[in-house]
Amino acid sequence: MTSYTSPSFAGGTWLVAEREIMTKLRSKSFVISTIITLAVILAGVVIGSLVSANPSLPKVAAVGSAITVVEQTESFDVVEAANRDEAEALVRSEEVEAAIVPDDSADSATGLLVIGLDEAPNGVLAALSVSPAVDILQPDTQNKGLIYLVAFGFGIVFFMSAITFGMTIAQSVVEEKQTRIVEILMSTVPVRVLLAGKILGNSLLAFGQIALIALLSGVGLLATGQNILLADIGPALIWFTVFFTFGFVLLASLFAATAALVSRQEDMGSVTTPIMMLVMIPYFLVIFFNDNAFVLAIMSYVPFSAPVGMPMRVFLGTAEWWEPLLSLVVLLASTAFFIAIGSRIYANGLLKMGAPMKLKDALVKRG
Amino acid sequence: MLEVQAVSRSFGDRRVLDDVSFTVKGGRMTGFVGGNGAGKTTTMRVILGVLSPDSGSVVLDGTPITAADRTRIGYMPEERGLYPKMKVQEQIVYLGRLHGMSSAQARESATTLLERLGLGERLGDTVESLSLGNQQRAQIAAALVHNPEVLVLDEPFSGLDPIAVETVSTVVKDYAASGAPVLFSSHQLDIVERLCDDLVVIADGKIRASGSREGLREQHSTPRFEIQLDGDAGWLRTEPGVTVLEFDGGYAQFDVDEPATAQRVLQRAIATAPVLHFSPVTPTLSQIFKEVIQ
Repeated sequence: MTSYTSPSFAGGTWLVAEREIMTKLRSKSFVISTIITLAVILAGVVIGSLVSANPSLPKVAAVGSAITVVEQTESFDVVEAANRDEAEALVRSEEVEAAIVPDDSADSATGLLVIGLDEAPNGVLAALSVSPAVDILQPDTQNKGLIYLVAFGFGIVFFMSAITFGMTIAQSVVEEKQTRIVEILMSTVPVRVLLAGKILGNSLLAFGQIALIALLSGVGLLATGQNILLADIGPALIWFTVFFTFGFVLLASLFAATAALVSRQEDMGSVTTPIMMLVMIPYFLVIFFNDNAFVLAIMSYVPFSAPVGMPMRVFLGTAEWWEPLLSLVVLLASTAFFIAIGSRIYANGLLKMGAPMKLKDALVKRG
Repeated sequence: MLEVQAVSRSFGDRRVLDDVSFTVKGGRMTGFVGGNGAGKTTTMRVILGVLSPDSGSVVLDGTPITAADRTRIGYMPEERGLYPKMKVQEQIVYLGRLHGMSSAQARESATTLLERLGLGERLGDTVESLSLGNQQRAQIAAALVHNPEVLVLDEPFSGLDPIAVETVSTVVKDYAASGAPVLFSSHQLDIVERLCDDLVVIADGKIRASGSREGLREQHSTPRFEIQLDGDAGWLRTEPGVTVLEFDGGYAQFDVDEPATAQRVLQRAIATAPVLHFSPVTPTLSQIFKEVIQ
């Protein structure tokens, strides 16, 4: 009779991980939702470039000597009109934003008269005005809207990926318990191989998705000629990918551990809720407080929110070069800690069928 | 040879296994019987290392069993389970690889085994699409895919129709014939009676009886005989040394005080009327079972 030596820790882990990955990749809903996510991101990048690359000039009608003056400003798309009546007609029909006609009256300072439809056309007035020079002492390094977009982007990608793959891992743990295959698996390979394989498989999938998103955004920005934006956001994207990967391993071990407490998919919602909160809180914080340096600074060091907080600070330029590294060390240490706790709960919970297990029991009982 | 030595295990205050010891010899089918909650599944889980005992040990071929040894055990848990959405063959191959087989070895072994178990046509179907009986066969394949050196099967025949019982028991007996110790539990005592070479009876976490099937039968058989005469057998009641248990015209079941009495009875019977039937009564497994667990 041929006997086989059991696979090494790494070999076994990889086998388990491979199954997790293949199962997920074969799921149609997963493939379709990934394609949709990528398409939305690509569309965002392309639309952003279209909007910012061709700011169309305001259209104005000009008459007589005003034509030359208006064209000199180079801020308008000028429609020539024969006389004031014709210009006013263009304004009324809303073909142009405003009409500019010569003003010959003696008290005119500029010699121009701007005709608007229902309110003073401020944009046109500003372009025609002469402003004094301005010196800003503390300029905003980034555009506010862009900051919000980036914060939202990091927040939603972290939130979606963590929830998607976190729930995948939790479901996979409960599926094995519910179908009782876990007993065969436990008698075949050590429990830590099972847990490590699950975490590795789902983390690789999550990392792959995040890397794909980061890459696509980068390529999209380059392809649409938004090189300057890429230079700004590139380092933050890279840090985001790194932080997310380790942050996800932490969350994955928590998801696996809590799922091991229950034996049925129906009971899963209640035990995973606290972990869901840990995922949702950073998402809301970064959206509401992306301009609050204090909150961001705290977020960038708390392990659960660091994957969103630190890249945000890198993007804003408010983090010293060593800060991401320090925060990464904190994250790695807490990840190691939670893996240890998580695998204990997981190992104790696996064979416990029936009513959800109490966390305290799971921590102290042995197999 | 697989030995369970003085294993005890409690869950909370409940002592589920109390000083359990028995031996599963190589090349023999050992039936493991006991009522619900007697401790069969817990014992098997301890053997597989899924549970650890409070005291006692499991010994394989003279040395305490290690994790590496355990991967060479084929285990079929009482709680059946396979991934419902995974294809049958793929699943068995996966389990084979977890046991350390190469992809090609696992594939070959899984295919051969599934064909022998009558699932050759269903290799590419998902487990959830199989009938319960066929899922059970796939479960057997899962336990055997890695050519285990020891088999531990918890209720391998429950839920199978008689033909499937035949198929599965042939496969399992072939394993025993190749020298592997086989331990299997079952509620169906008639199947155990037919298949097992040795028997272990457990009740309330204690081993009540163990040994070879014939040995146990002898141990528990009383000197009891039955006779069928073509005529009245009433004279038996007055025969010295005979206690009649059942009587119906020409039929009687009786105990004797010594073997010589039985011979005397037979001679007298032949002299009085034609003897249609005369034989010692051996207890059935369920009789022994009822007796020892009381």
